[in-house]
Amino acid sequence: MRVEVNGRAHHEEPRAGQCLRTYLRERGWFGVKKGCDQGDCGACTVHVDGRPVHSCLYPAFRADGCAVTTVEGLASPEGDLHPVQQRFLDAQGFQCGFCTAGFLMTTAALGPDELADPPRAFKGNLCRCTGYRAIEDAVRGVKNTEEPAPGESVGRSLPAPAGPQVVTGTARYTFDVDVPGLLHMKLLRSPHAHARIVAIDTSAALRVPGVRAVFTHHDAPERHFSTARHEHPEEDPDDTRVLDDTVRYIGQRVAAVVADSEGAAEEGCRRINVRYAVLPAVVDPEEAMRPGAPVVHDKDGTLHRIARPRNNVVGEAHGEIGDIEAGFAEADAVHEDTYRTQRGQHASLETHGAVAWIDEDGRLTVRTSSQTPFLTRRALCALYDLPPEQVRVVAGRVGGGFGGKQEMLVEDIVALAVLRLRRPVKLEYTRAEQFYGATTRHPFTVHVKAGARRDGVLTALRLRVVANTGAYGNHGPAVMFHSVGESMAIYRALNKKVDAYSVYTHTVPAGAFRGYGLGQVMFAVESAFDELARRLGLDPLEFKARNVIGADEPMVTPGGHEEDLHIASYGLDQCIGIVRRARAETGAGLPAPEGWLVGEGAALAMIATGPPGGHVADARAALLPDGTFDLAVGTAEFGNGTTTVHQQIAAGELATTVDLITIRQSDTDVVRHDTGAFASTGTVVAGKATLRASRALADLLLDFAAAHLRVPRADCRLAEEAVLHPGGRLPLKELYAAGRAVGVECAADGNFGGTPRSVAFNAQWFRLAVDPATGEIRILRSVHAADAGKVMNPMQCRGQVEGGVAQALGSTLFENVRVDACGKVETFAFRHYRLPQYADIPRTEVHFMETADAIGPLGAKSMSESPFNPVAPAFANALRDATGIRFTELPFTRDRVWRALHEAGVRDGHARGSS
Amino acid sequence: MDLNTVVEIRDARHPAPWRPGDAWLGGGTYLFSEPQPHLRRLVDLSRMGWPPVRRHADGSLEIAATCTIAELSAFARGLAAGAAPLFEQCCRAFLASFKIWNMATVGGNLGNGLPAGPMISLTAGLDGECLLIAQDGVRRRVRVVDFITGAGRKALTEGELIRSVTLPARALNCRTAYRQASLYGLGRSGVLIIGALDPLDGSLAITITAATVRPFRLWFPLPPTAGALRSAIEAAVADDEWFDDIHGLPEWRRHMTFHHAEQIRRELGEAAR
Repeated sequence: MRVEVNGRAHHEEPRAGQCLRTYLRERGWFGVKKGCDQGDCGACTVHVDGRPVHSCLYPAFRADGCAVTTVEGLASPEGDLHPVQQRFLDAQGFQCGFCTAGFLMTTAALGPDELADPPRAFKGNLCRCTGYRAIEDAVRGVKNTEEPAPGESVGRSLPAPAGPQVVTGTARYTFDVDVPGLLHMKLLRSPHAHARIVAIDTSAALRVPGVRAVFTHHDAPERHFSTARHEHPEEDPDDTRVLDDTVRYIGQRVAAVVADSEGAAEEGCRRINVRYAVLPAVVDPEEAMRPGAPVVHDKDGTLHRIARPRNNVVGEAHGEIGDIEAGFAEADAVHEDTYRTQRGQHASLETHGAVAWIDEDGRLTVRTSSQTPFLTRRALCALYDLPPEQVRVVAGRVGGGFGGKQEMLVEDIVALAVLRLRRPVKLEYTRAEQFYGATTRHPFTVHVKAGARRDGVLTALRLRVVANTGAYGNHGPAVMFHSVGESMAIYRALNKKVDAYSVYTHTVPAGAFRGYGLGQVMFAVESAFDELARRLGLDPLEFKARNVIGADEPMVTPGGHEEDLHIASYGLDQCIGIVRRARAETGAGLPAPEGWLVGEGAALAMIATGPPGGHVADARAALLPDGTFDLAVGTAEFGNGTTTVHQQIAAGELATTVDLITIRQSDTDVVRHDTGAFASTGTVVAGKATLRASRALADLLLDFAAAHLRVPRADCRLAEEAVLHPGGRLPLKELYAAGRAVGVECAADGNFGGTPRSVAFNAQWFRLAVDPATGEIRILRSVHAADAGKVMNPMQCRGQVEGGVAQALGSTLFENVRVDACGKVETFAFRHYRLPQYADIPRTEVHFMETADAIGPLGAKSMSESPFNPVAPAFANALRDATGIRFTELPFTRDRVWRALHEAGVRDGHARGSS
Repeated sequence: MDLNTVVEIRDARHPAPWRPGDAWLGGGTYLFSEPQPHLRRLVDLSRMGWPPVRRHADGSLEIAATCTIAELSAFARGLAAGAAPLFEQCCRAFLASFKIWNMATVGGNLGNGLPAGPMISLTAGLDGECLLIAQDGVRRRVRVVDFITGAGRKALTEGELIRSVTLPARALNCRTAYRQASLYGLGRSGVLIIGALDPLDGSLAITITAATVRPFRLWFPLPPTAGALRSAIEAAVADDEWFDDIHGLPEWRRHMTFHHAEQIRRELGEAAR
């Protein structure tokens, strides 16, 4: 074997069944990514003798005699970026960047014919973050980034600091490290939805050459925990063991095999002999609540924090304000229907996984793809009785999260192996395991009854909500509580009632997902109000506008009012104004094909800018000897762009430019604590800690400079790389040296506890066309209004909105984790679980509102989860407008849309047109 | 992905007895896309040196099993035949992108036998015939419509090799029409219908793929009426032969088959007039 990779020759023989992707990564070419390992996502694209191929499908032995180029070889040997790399930097055509190498290598191989048809050219490349607009800009050479003057960073479109690493394939994600002596873990998973493990024989597995250990429930701690990560662990039920003697879903881990290679570990898994006593299972949440249904967790409810274990109810919420029946009696029209949302997968391009080892100081060190390194450390300490100083948890650059990594799904078992074997161990999920061995979005059934008067006043809103949380209750109660919060509080009604249940079933667990339950309930409520308005002959948007809360009104749910939640800025009226304007612009957007039915629809959304109960962030800003700054933050970067925002905030306070601020992050060693990058807190909570640390450091520098120079403090001013004073300019380098001479450390801490909180608003509007002959739907125009307060970085914030809309369109149109009647996941590859592709996503016009928040840092509000939430109901409302049919169950695939139209007798537009 | 149970690659040019756990390796785009724990050896076809496409003296076109989709697409661009546009249309019906075309082979697509396999659509639509070589060297020819017997099922014996597929000159000279439907934009085919109008005798063949568990080729001596076409489809495809998977409800596939078959009938019918 002789293969030349980026000009360097490799002679090692590949294994017989090895693909080129792993051959390259084993030689240190970490720019080649594993998104799916099945040829669907394109993240592993390389050139073999100049032709682009998916290296995960390319037999490694066939590269003999070939020249391979990876993303690391795209730039010139002198380091000059390839034009495509520069264009992706200029446009910031990425967010997490995990798919970027594949897009770069594909784009670089396109000829003029392919460039003329990007939807087709990028059929083989998936991006989960951007919604593809930024990628399109990159391909077309649009520059989106700015380079503002010192101290003027806030509110400008600064590029992500990791951009140069992302486009050169040198950004280091979880598995992009070379750990000598690394062992590999593979998991044996349950084939039964519910069974007791009677016996487990590992002797044959242990005889497989290369197998070092096999762990079963006999090796696992007795104690229960929750994989969900929250600041307060008591938010989630303690119902999970590292390895259990009972399995509760098909795919639950049964045993872990650690071996010298993945192949040996896989073989070890196949040789484990498990004897199961199969038990009855229940996969439907309504059935699960009925008396006599199989009990998923026969546990002490109080001890494990399960509301009603015998009824499979892990959490429930009941509340009523006013008099709901009187409200319906007062109504002139009542709409009542049941709305259903499906299971979805986060589908972050980087799978779950962790690499862990014992460091030279004897500490357990875990490098993991996590949104919550600090909370994961806390959980590991609790699980294995370790003091915090004996555990370090680090996240590299994280390849997408979307809530899926607000869990401890792998670190516990990897830590167990490392603590036992005292050897480095890696567990990297396959794409298939992401579908049946991780978590999903909660499927919801929402029964809505809503009433209103003829004059358009909403009189009553009643919801019965059933969320299927699967076999384990991670995030179950919290998602359920959140789902009926802002979704009900945004509308003023004197009479509201809710009954909500989070229910165990013997299916793959549901967990945190962008929107955290709100999107599911908003699909129901926003659809129901649209329908209710139509029954009253009222315009649906104006009906909603009339009933939404105003800037000074309380946010009331049937559960009451949350003490620390405030409308600290109000942009909902502006959001509605954007939709009104869009509706009036009848000529805008694509024309509808002849014979297609046309309709338009909108939906509104509100979200708290942080979770209830507090969300802690520490930051530390320091002046360095060379006059630049160091900023340490706990929060992880997974493409959300908060690292850029932290730099901008610090640069603003320290009157400098972002290139002089180095950020260290997502490492339990760098700050005291950080709850994590979830619940839309990266800017509003961690950013506020950064603001406070930077401001404190600026004060400290000015205080010290004034004292040092013996001039009034008021006469000193921070400027780029210096303190300006009446006598001239004191360079920060000298200031640092002066401080060190007298023992003054030029560093300051900042902290924010995440409370009080504000709310952010969104509105989405679509005009679309439906072909009644085929069920095909074409989006003619998409408009999104986002109230993010003062927008810290318009380019990135726009990217968050576009990415949220795109992800939501996926769940509106086709994404569906299908589970069969036995509880088995049927869709476990991207070829079966369609993710939005370049071809699927239209441009969305994104508008930001003119507001400034009184709570958020520098007036900012969150804008990461919320753009997702109004998309499906806006789409459903437009579909209703076009067809006269109320679609109550997601997703709206062409076959289901056609069937509904066909059954309702909606005429075939084509037949009419052509006859 | 790595196929960790595979311990040997054998060059197919040097025959050796077929063993359980052996598999032919074409482009590898299917084999390497899913776990194959039952496999121990891959028999590599990449060095056979078969010409990707050959035009025979009788005008027929023989496509080697190892011909890649990229090679077929490039060849068809220079093909002077009535059916030439159909080649690129079917290449584009792949869910996979042009990058996969560089590796995936015609034989691999046939050998997979999936209803949505666009090379099955192409070669069934043009009345193709597979040349198969058994382990004992015996050669046989099977029409593509008979070669695929169900979803993922094909008339191959253990160790039998797809050598090539041949399209007759008569079919290549047909005027063709093509319709494809998917649940997604540029997505996997849920329905793929091909019409082939023979200029010599005016006969029309309508081939249904993707919507059904196996290809159906309906031949009409003269273009049928709308009603006759519909009846013929209803008579040919049994209720349980409409394919039921996540890429489309059977009733939608059936409807879309009627819809597109009728469009093709009109398109080619007007051309015939």
